[in-house]
Amino acid sequence: MTATRNNPFLRDKPAPDDVPERGRRDVLRALAAGVGLALAPGVTLYAFGGPAEARAPGDPVSSKVRWGLLIDVNKCADGCTRCVTACSTENGWSDTGHPLTDAQWIRKVKVTDPKTGASRSLPVMCQHCAEPPCVDVCPTGASFKRADGIVLVDKHICIGCRYCMMACPYNARSFIHESLKDQKPYAPRGKGTVESCTLCVHRIDAGRIPACVEACPAEGGGALAFGDLNDPAAEISQRIAKYASAQIRADLGTDPGVRYQNL
Amino acid sequence: MPVRAFHFLFLAALPAFALVYTALGAPPAAAQELPSSRVFVPAPPKGKGDKCIADKDFMRRNHMKILEHQRDQTVYDGVRIKRTSLKECVACHVVNGPDALPLTSESPKYFCRVCHDYAAVKVDCFECHVSRPPVAKAAGLPAGEKERDALASFLKEGRQ
Repeated sequence: MTATRNNPFLRDKPAPDDVPERGRRDVLRALAAGVGLALAPGVTLYAFGGPAEARAPGDPVSSKVRWGLLIDVNKCADGCTRCVTACSTENGWSDTGHPLTDAQWIRKVKVTDPKTGASRSLPVMCQHCAEPPCVDVCPTGASFKRADGIVLVDKHICIGCRYCMMACPYNARSFIHESLKDQKPYAPRGKGTVESCTLCVHRIDAGRIPACVEACPAEGGGALAFGDLNDPAAEISQRIAKYASAQIRADLGTDPGVRYQNL
Repeated sequence: MPVRAFHFLFLAALPAFALVYTALGAPPAAAQELPSSRVFVPAPPKGKGDKCIADKDFMRRNHMKILEHQRDQTVYDGVRIKRTSLKECVACHVVNGPDALPLTSESPKYFCRVCHDYAAVKVDCFECHVSRPPVAKAAGLPAGEKERDALASFLKEGRQ
């Protein structure tokens, strides 16, 4: 059942024509707009610590919800890795001394404009795309998108082929090369499977917020915000509607659920 | 006559499911009824509490179906029912080792392994899932962040 349930080949997909064309220039424009916004007067931001909407226990996740993140890059300090540490502690992945192959669900990336020298530091994790390329390429249907927009790997049917790792434009996925012990009970991980940020799905199912959002320091409001992008009343949606935000590589049409403000 | 009785048991034990059922379905009392039998009958350790979520016979035949159903519900639909979750099985059927710490699935005395080893049915749940309930750090498990970091830095140094 599982093999067919989220098989991308059996999924209803909009025809490519339905997807609006987005050009590379839009991204550059968004980046340019970001610099302008950085100079704009201070904007009141809060860390969205509010609990995710409670779902009745036993109810399946609903597609009415689409979970997303909004990351205010201006608030993200260069050198601060609290979100990365929190994710690692929460989900049990860690540095084992093999930097080329170690699992990394979230990482800090520094981007610098060579012309102006302006640089930004930002966390990059699975972008939880609405049109995830990893799901398109998965031969077993293990890579899937949950109804509420969270992109996950069903490790029970993952064969470790790593096509999804190659397909992901965000380099968000990792492969586990070695046997593991003492994993977290809520975050099973094992050799031979691919994994990535789950948006702390176990926390969301319990009505909590992802560990990275919780850990992002409260001073200055917190750079990370979590919420339901489909709910116009949600603070994250209001902020997205009010201020310009960008999706990384929006030109690819993957429609990430993770958005960046002031990038 | 004793030879025929043994022969009958041997035949009954051939198919894997029958073997599991014979093995597990026979409580120690039944084993005592066959004092001359040379068939080893596994005796899985008792779980916590009075009884399992369903009666023994049902669980012996259907535990894997319950687990798989719950697995799909959890992974795809985000439905996390505590009662039928693997985590709850692990928590209830915990077996403590000689050091009073819960055994992991590496031990042949681990609850699942007692029967699964006997029936030669490999379980791969615990290649990803943790096989024992979380133990408080005070109990002396090397789960600390500091130790992990120390190990990581040690490995890094070793490579340079």
